[in-house]
Formats: sequence, C-alpha cells, structure tokens
Amino acid sequence: MTTDVVVKVNGLSKTFGDSVVLKNINLTVSAGEVVVIMGPSGSGKTTLIRSLNFIEIPTLGTVEVCGISVECGTTNASKKTWKLSREDRRRMSEIRQNTAMVFQSFNLFPHMTVLQNVIEGLVSVKGIAKDAARQRGQSLLASVGMIEKANDYPGRLSGGQKQRVAIARGLAMDPKVIFFDEPTSALDPEVRDEVLGVMRDLARSGMTMLVVTHEVQFARDVADRVLFLEGGNVVQDSSSSDFFGDNNQSQRTRQFLGRLTV
Amino acid sequence: MFELFIRALPLLKMAIVTTLSLGVVSFVCGASLGLLIALARTSIYRFFRSIAFAYVSVFRGTPLLVQILLIYFGLPYYGVVLGPFAAAALALTLYIAAYLSEDFRAGIKAVDRGQWEAGMSLGMGYWKNQIRIILPQGLRISTPSVASRLIGLMKDTSLASTVTVVELTRVANTLGAATFRYMDMFLIVGAIYWVISQVLTIAQTLIEDRLARRY
Repeated sequence: MTTDVVVKVNGLSKTFGDSVVLKNINLTVSAGEVVVIMGPSGSGKTTLIRSLNFIEIPTLGTVEVCGISVECGTTNASKKTWKLSREDRRRMSEIRQNTAMVFQSFNLFPHMTVLQNVIEGLVSVKGIAKDAARQRGQSLLASVGMIEKANDYPGRLSGGQKQRVAIARGLAMDPKVIFFDEPTSALDPEVRDEVLGVMRDLARSGMTMLVVTHEVQFARDVADRVLFLEGGNVVQDSSSSDFFGDNNQSQRTRQFLGRLTV
Repeated sequence: MFELFIRALPLLKMAIVTTLSLGVVSFVCGASLGLLIALARTSIYRFFRSIAFAYVSVFRGTPLLVQILLIYFGLPYYGVVLGPFAAAALALTLYIAAYLSEDFRAGIKAVDRGQWEAGMSLGMGYWKNQIRIILPQGLRISTPSVASRLIGLMKDTSLASTVTVVELTRVANTLGAATFRYMDMFLIVGAIYWVISQVLTIAQTLIEDRLARRY
C-alpha cells in the first residue's frame, strides 16, 4: 500500500448495557477516499462513525486516526473495569482536533454568530489570533455560499444553511478527515441538494470523508466505497460501482437498496 | 406618616445601604459557590456529585433563620467569632448557593447534548466546553429563576435583624418601639422592600430582553 491510511479500525465493538451495537468491526480508509456507510436503522452506523472521534467510547478495539491510535477496553480478564488513561484522553483530543464531524441536527452554537461558530475552534482550541481566524472563517463561509449570513445568529437560518455553516465550522479545523452523520436527514428534499452540493465539492477537492447517509444518488456518484452495516456487522464492503452494480451478490443489500430507490 | 418617614430618613438611608449590600454580597458569593456546586452535581465523578447533593440537602433543608443563629451564636463556641454583618452574609451566601445551584443545574441540563458533542468534536476539553459552549447557554436559560432568587434573597435579608444587623427591618422595629408607631414604620419599610423588588424585576426584564435579542 502506497497511500496514506487515515482511519484504521481494528476489532471495534460497542455495547450499551446488554445490547451489542457493533461487533468486531475492521475498517481501513485511505487518504482521499470517500466512504459511504449505509444500513437500516439500528444497524450501528451512527455509533460506528461516532466512535471514530470518540464521542462514543468503544467498548473494545483499536481506533487509529491520522496515525494516532487509542486502544479501548481490555482483553485481559483480570482487569474487570477498564478506564481511559490520561494519555488516552490526550490522544483522543488530538484526534478530534485533526478530524471534523457534521451532525444530523447541525449542533451550531446558538449563542454565537455564524462567523463566531466557524472560528470558535480556531480561536479557543488552536489558539489562532482572532483577526487571522476571522479571515479564514470568511473565506470558508464564502466557499459554502454563506458569507452574507456571517453576522446572523443560527436561529435565523434554514436547515440547509445551518448545515453548510456546520461544514464550514468543521473545515476551519483543517481536518484530515470529515465524518458526516446523516447530514441531510433532517432536511427537506428541496434544501438537501445545497448541502450535498457542498459535499460533492469537498469530495472533488480530495477530502477524505466518511458519510453515514441514505442518499443513494450521492453514494452512487461520489463514493469510492460503500459499507453496508446490519446488526452491528459489516455485511458488505465494496467499491461503489460493485455495490450499486447489477452484479451485487448480496441479496440483503439488494433488498435494502430496492426499498430506498423504489 | 410622611413626617415620620422624614424623621426616620437618615436611619432608613443607612439601613437601605446595609440591606442592599447584604443582599448583593450574598448573591455574588452565593452565585459563585452555587455554580461550583452545580458543576459538582453534574460531574461524572460520584465523589463530587455526593458532596454537592449533601450540601444542597443540608442548606436547602433547614430554615435560614436557624442557619443564621447557628453561625452567629453557635460558631463562637468553636472559636469562630463573626460580626453581625459577616455572620448574616455568610449564612445568606450558604443558603442561597444551595438554591442557585439547582437553578444553574436545571439550566445546564437543559442545554442539548449535541452542543456538548459539537464542542468535543472541535477538540475542546471539559472546561473549555463548559465555559465557551454550555454555561453561556445554560446560565441564560436559568436567568428567570435566578432573578426570582435574588428578589427572594433581598427580602430574606430581613432575618439578619435577629442578629443585630441594623438593616431595614431592625430600623423599623427600633423606631416603632421608640415612637409607638409600629404600623406606620412597618408599612414604610414594607414599601421600601417592595420598591427594591420592583427595581430588580424591571432589571430582570431588561436583561432577558437583551439576551433574547442576541440569539
């Protein structure tokens, strides 16, 4: 392999109480790849993507992002409870600073203007001077077509506009990979395209992206690879053309897609 | 009644200052302490949660008057002698901190979980996330109930009269006794409390308007 590996997941499992949400997931994503994660609800796709920047802490397994790795859980039976060490937390924070996440519910900061939202991470986490951050923020807002709204509060924006600002906020951190967790699911069909358009541009610019979505057209056009999850397992991991091609062998996948595309 | 008011005015002025300072000092100290308790109460560590829980249980669960008397008359037995004003301010601080901590906690809890996650995803640690993202929203949410506490506290300062702090109620009591015009004196002082409360209410409305505009 000559390409850089950005995300590497090894034996990742996650349980909430008694329910096992992810079972021994292995996944490698190379730089510049766009990976779409699909699957029925409850399949664990959101938990998987949230585990990659430790918003959800895996129960077991190793997650390596941008060369920083955190080993979660322990196979050592004598250690009954496992706790994150200070070093683990430091690494998790470093991973978060090198990645970005776009949420289904946008999660913009309502007490800050659009521009303040975008530069918040730059100023308060990366310690970049306000003026420089503001300039960068403005050019990012321009790139997602939101510069006119720079001084508005998020409460005045439409869903599509909010999500574009959220993408700009993520981009401000200069991430090596962006995680999208159903970025268009809370949007009505009319404004979906404006968000998907921004994501297409990002993919074209070579950004590494992991996208949990039900947008078949987007996956077909933009994804390099599609991961199909069900019941906490990766049922299929194939190139986009194989996944959507007529020769897709997995009956389960075909059934699922049949219902989505109609 | 008016000539009584004029005669009492010099004393009343002093008493108003005392009442206001007692209220403001206790509120500022109590709010700081209350915020710490609210954070402890929402901590992931059971140890901090238990301490905060116990604190609120004690200081919200016993009468303010008992707390004032304990601090003023009880503590000297253990060598801690506080003047009347200090004792009353301490008691009011400890008391209001318990209530305010619950108001703050309610506000913090009302902030959507996604806000915390968004801060985390930017690489913020606990304190940065609290200070930049959660508290600015949570404290805003708790503004109305906190304002009510402040108004309540202003009136509760009257209990300081029991430990010889010369504030409004004590002045009314003293002058009432000297002139045999209790009715008039307490009406005057009651009206002053009411005016203080109204001013605070107006301030609250202005602050809430201001906060709402920037959202």
